[in-house]
Amino acid sequence: MTAAAILIQFLNGLASASSLFLVAAGLSLIFGVTRIVNFAHGSLYMLGTYIAYSLIEHFGRGPLGFWGAVLLAGLIVAAFGALVEIFLLRRIYAAPELLQLLATFALVLIVKDFALWVWGPEDLLGPRAPGLGGAVEIAGRQFPEYDLFLIVLGPLVLAILWAILTRTRWGTLVRAATEDREMAGALGVNQKWLFTGVFALGSLLAGLGGSVQIPREPANLFMDLSVISDAFVVVVVGGLGSIGGAFLAALLIAEIKAFCIGIGDVTWFGHVLSFSKLTLVVEFIVMAVVLVIRPWGLLGRQQSVPRSSGAAEAPLALPSRTAVQALVALLAALALVPVFFSGYALVLLIDIMVFALFSVSLYFIMGPGGMHSFGHAAYFGLGAYGAGLIVKSGAAMEVGLLAGPLLAGIGALVFGWFCVRLSGVYLAMLTLAFAQIAWSVVFQWDAVTGGSNGLIGIWPAPWLASKTAYYYLALAGCATGIFVLWRILYAPFGYALRAGRDSPLRADAIGIDVRSRQWGAFVIAGLAAGLAGSLSAFSKGSISPESMAVPRSVDGLVMVLLGGIQNLTGPVWGAALFTWLQDAVAREIDYWRAVLGAVILALVLAFPQGIAGYIGQFIESRRVKSAGAPA
Amino acid sequence: MLEVSALNTAYGRAHILFDVALDARPGEVVVLLGRNGAGKSTTLKSLIGLVRPLSGEIRFNGRRIDRLQPYQVARLGLGYVPEERRIFADLSVMENLEVGRQPRRDGAAFWTPERLFELFPNLGRMKERGGGRMSGGEQQMLTIARTLMGNPSTVLLDEPSEGLSPLIVEQMAATIRDLKREGLCVLLSEQNLHFSELVADRAYIIETGQIRYSGTMAELSADEAVREQYLSV
Ligand SMILES: Nc1ncnc2c1ncn2[C@@H]1O[C@H](COP(=O)(O)OP(=O)(O)O)[C@@H](O)[C@H]1O
Ligand SMILES: [Mg+2]
Repeated sequence: MTAAAILIQFLNGLASASSLFLVAAGLSLIFGVTRIVNFAHGSLYMLGTYIAYSLIEHFGRGPLGFWGAVLLAGLIVAAFGALVEIFLLRRIYAAPELLQLLATFALVLIVKDFALWVWGPEDLLGPRAPGLGGAVEIAGRQFPEYDLFLIVLGPLVLAILWAILTRTRWGTLVRAATEDREMAGALGVNQKWLFTGVFALGSLLAGLGGSVQIPREPANLFMDLSVISDAFVVVVVGGLGSIGGAFLAALLIAEIKAFCIGIGDVTWFGHVLSFSKLTLVVEFIVMAVVLVIRPWGLLGRQQSVPRSSGAAEAPLALPSRTAVQALVALLAALALVPVFFSGYALVLLIDIMVFALFSVSLYFIMGPGGMHSFGHAAYFGLGAYGAGLIVKSGAAMEVGLLAGPLLAGIGALVFGWFCVRLSGVYLAMLTLAFAQIAWSVVFQWDAVTGGSNGLIGIWPAPWLASKTAYYYLALAGCATGIFVLWRILYAPFGYALRAGRDSPLRADAIGIDVRSRQWGAFVIAGLAAGLAGSLSAFSKGSISPESMAVPRSVDGLVMVLLGGIQNLTGPVWGAALFTWLQDAVAREIDYWRAVLGAVILALVLAFPQGIAGYIGQFIESRRVKSAGAPA
Repeated sequence: MLEVSALNTAYGRAHILFDVALDARPGEVVVLLGRNGAGKSTTLKSLIGLVRPLSGEIRFNGRRIDRLQPYQVARLGLGYVPEERRIFADLSVMENLEVGRQPRRDGAAFWTPERLFELFPNLGRMKERGGGRMSGGEQQMLTIARTLMGNPSTVLLDEPSEGLSPLIVEQMAATIRDLKREGLCVLLSEQNLHFSELVADRAYIIETGQIRYSGTMAELSADEAVREQYLSV
């Protein structure tokens, strides 16, 4: 690269960093004070872009119309954020962290369908900014004026935020609440309005981040998840709750991406190395490296254990006789299904069983393991691709069923080694990063994985070709997998795992190597998810990269959380309900995502402990009542 | 004026306080004495609303406060100084004080940073120092000053002498007497009988979550048997 090219790429990086910083700063601010990881932050960004587009159409493309629209879009998103805080988040601050995530994820679904309903599926590109539509010559090259504006915007917002946080009473209270919100409350600070204010400010930043993009990037329905994963990476790399860290990380990541694009393809010892393809994953690689070297991010500090801890999780009781009988009866009923039904019912049931195994394997590391994974689909996908690729290379399908889980297990072995070194949100983000890396390898490696088209023609062996035969295989595979996972939880390994989750120090003191248990659990869960993936591949006959993308991981989380994390069978019910809902609703209703989101929100608000958790509590309270009643 | 009756508090299934009753009047320094784990901190946290009592009545200046949020209780003029100090480490001394600031309140002393620096000259010399870079004694002074910025009429002090050097303990006692002179009512928890004798007018003794003794500080000092039973280690 010439010096001029380097300068231009550097400026490109600065311009991209600004928007990234705006979103990430909002996310970080919100997390710092409310301790809520706002999955819907990317959706707020997307709303900002769409609203700015419409407002410009409405006001006209003059300077006032354009800049007024950009600002007003930010303010509208801020108002929306405030409403979300007041009517939704306020009710769930005391709920378990994962349930809060689920609620904000439900918002993602609702906002996405709202945008689809209002703006339709086409990409919408806004006009150029009046007055900044041209280009200036820098080092002999054309550089967009608007990008110069963006380059200034980032540091400007940083300065304004810094002034608000350090020079106003409100900012001082926000920083105090970030450190110890309970103490701030005991000093007379009304957290309610503080939280609303912070959420509104964070939403404003997200909305503005989106609205200033309108001349550069068309508004589309996929921005939400791509922006949120970028913003997560920036926040985690910078350190949760640190605005300065977010700025630094946004710069770092945007620059590295810009240079990857700038370098393009390089031939090295006869091999073509494509740096531009690297942009899909490079931020996740940066994050993985940073987290392993500095587990709390560049400028972050170790998360203190939350001051006011909720009720401790009840110990895992052995399932009662009736529960075991009920499960056996369920299994028998499932075995009888093909006698009465055929065709579509079997396909749906296979799906449900596969996802039940997937969801139990996720529960295995999340519940008893205490490790929240946002990237569990990686192992599902590796299982599917492992099986598919072996079969494509000429091996028998039975070999594929072994190779799939094995590949997933190896993936979990490698990724898990890094992940168990972290905890909490950081661990979750690292799992997401690895899943994204695995996904993008699959997505880009056309020659082997078929790239975005995936693999087709992955059919079971002839003796399993009938739906009924395959149904029995799936039933046997999933039931065995689920049973083995449950059984492990009652083995010494499972007890040690939970001991490590509940009090790592004490577990360490009695000689349990917590980390290696967690690593083991990670691999076991990976194997099980891989089995689910392989079974699903042969059932569908094809594999696509979507089978390991972020939305699939989120599906898994939703299933586990719907069922309730305190209960062993919860993930199974959650998977069944979710798969059935998705199938039934998606076929009948155009806006099924919004319906699903609304159902999830209703469930979260009505049953903050999950469905199975709620039923469990209900039974418990009935038992206590009847035991306490006079004879 | 603080009146507590039949207060019961639990953490989950662990019942900690049993029918605790006590009161503290304006201008009075009252000490809640008890060994480690007796329930002193839990009592004070129940009063300010950091833990929600199961049952019982807490009245502050005649008003029920047992169902209020901590910030509402604080705004009524009941200040709380936690045992672990809980200084905002990222905030400077001045900013820590700012967090505690509340409007002037009728019938209670009005504090400004300047007045507090007269009371705690050390703090005045480190206005811009970060809370995380102060010694234990300085932090203890700051946490009290921060609560006073709310212009409380009554302050709850959880073990103010804990972990301080003898010299600083003397200063702390002088400070509490200063507060009393300002007309404040102080309810403090202590394990340290000697320190209590320096400041308190009346004393309660709490053990396993129950009030076992109540009397003036002078009576308690004279009652060897009670001290032996509840306070010796
Ligand atoms: N957050 C908590 N959860 C459960 N038990 C607690 C908690 N805090 C204190 N306890 C228990 O309550 C009892 C009283 O504690 P505390 O009020 O802190 O005593 P003190 O302040 O007199 O030393 C102790 O047995 C302690 O173990
Ligand atoms: Mg205590």
